[in-house]
Amino acid sequence: MSQGQLWEVFVRSRRGLSHTHVGSLHAPDAEMALRNARDLYTRRQEGVSIWVVPSTAVTASSPDEKDPFFAPAGDKPYRHPTFYEVPEGVRNL
Amino acid sequence: MTAVRETPPASRSAPDAGHEAADAGLEAVFEATLAADERVEPRDWMPDGYRATLIRQIAQHAHSEIIGMQPEANWITRAPSLRRKAILMAKVQDEAGHGLYLYSAAETLGASRDELLDKLHSGRQRYSSIFNYPTLTWADVGAIGWLVDGAAIINQVPLCRCSYGPYARAMVRICKEESFHQRQGFESLLALSQGTPEQHAMAQDAVDRWWWPSLMMFGPPDADSTHSAQSMAWKIKRHSNDELRQRFVDICVPQAEALGLTLPDPELRWNDERGHYDYGAIDWDEFQQVLRGNGPCNEQRLTRRRRAHDNGAWVREAASAYAAKHGPEER
Repeated sequence: MSQGQLWEVFVRSRRGLSHTHVGSLHAPDAEMALRNARDLYTRRQEGVSIWVVPSTAVTASSPDEKDPFFAPAGDKPYRHPTFYEVPEGVRNL
Repeated sequence: MTAVRETPPASRSAPDAGHEAADAGLEAVFEATLAADERVEPRDWMPDGYRATLIRQIAQHAHSEIIGMQPEANWITRAPSLRRKAILMAKVQDEAGHGLYLYSAAETLGASRDELLDKLHSGRQRYSSIFNYPTLTWADVGAIGWLVDGAAIINQVPLCRCSYGPYARAMVRICKEESFHQRQGFESLLALSQGTPEQHAMAQDAVDRWWWPSLMMFGPPDADSTHSAQSMAWKIKRHSNDELRQRFVDICVPQAEALGLTLPDPELRWNDERGHYDYGAIDWDEFQQVLRGNGPCNEQRLTRRRRAHDNGAWVREAASAYAAKHGPEER
């Protein structure tokens, strides 16, 4: 007898922060997944809000293409403020 | 098998020459990841042996958490106060949670939950031998918390830096929760040790029975440990069995003194030269016997686990039927 489908669990630890992936669990439907997630991942008040997402609904980038996939950002240091020279004495820039 | 998890094995093992060349490249990436002390993640290429070793170790660890609920749950209904009972229930619930974190980690490697449970129930995968010892008195609950959870923490803290990401992350969570387990055990033993002479004797008896099996939890001596060298190279394991065992002994001796209890080893004494406590020879025959299924409670633990699983079948069936009835749009 199966344990139900797999769900990914995301918890918002407190107001003002985004939901963060904490792990996964099995449940037959979304409601049970939420209840199981509460018991499994928030036994010590670790969260104020939970998302559960069927694992099959997540599309991920492939680790094999890691380099080409993220390459466009690699040669653009001018996107960071530290790229620019600021003369001494100039403040609040 | 899902997008966030591992790629289907079929795509990894196509037996053509081009694939072998690609594998060599992938292996180099894997080795570089380990060398840089970075984490291997579920969809990364990894050697079959690395995957199999992790599944075996994580499954055994998960099974230990689940089976480990039994010896302590044995005392929930007979806890001496509401406070102790609430603590014990929280602890046993944590063990269930730890088992589930670990099963999830094993699943990211392509093992299925049903398959793992089936291997536990049929005896094809093991759990820690320590749980094949009985909890004869209330003091055993304290001794398990102090010694068994104490040993587990020493084993587990280095696993937080294990090379496999999902296992390491599960261990971080587990270690955080485990520290309360050890403290409540220590506190409970201290209360008994400072209680009536009968209570003190009960605490001492529990420590006498749990000390040696706790030392065995670190596994065979380094010279006889079959998986150690490869696991160290793969950075699954960070310290040798004997190294961790010594750390445990060194930590426990002063704690036993604070408890006012003695450890049942006449050869236990400080060695100035080594800067460690020397301890007596461990009875590895007993360890092997329990491992082979001849411990005091092997049969009882597995029977209880199988029965719990079978008794829960109707719940899983009902939940699936309910989910099916309400259609995929609600799932």
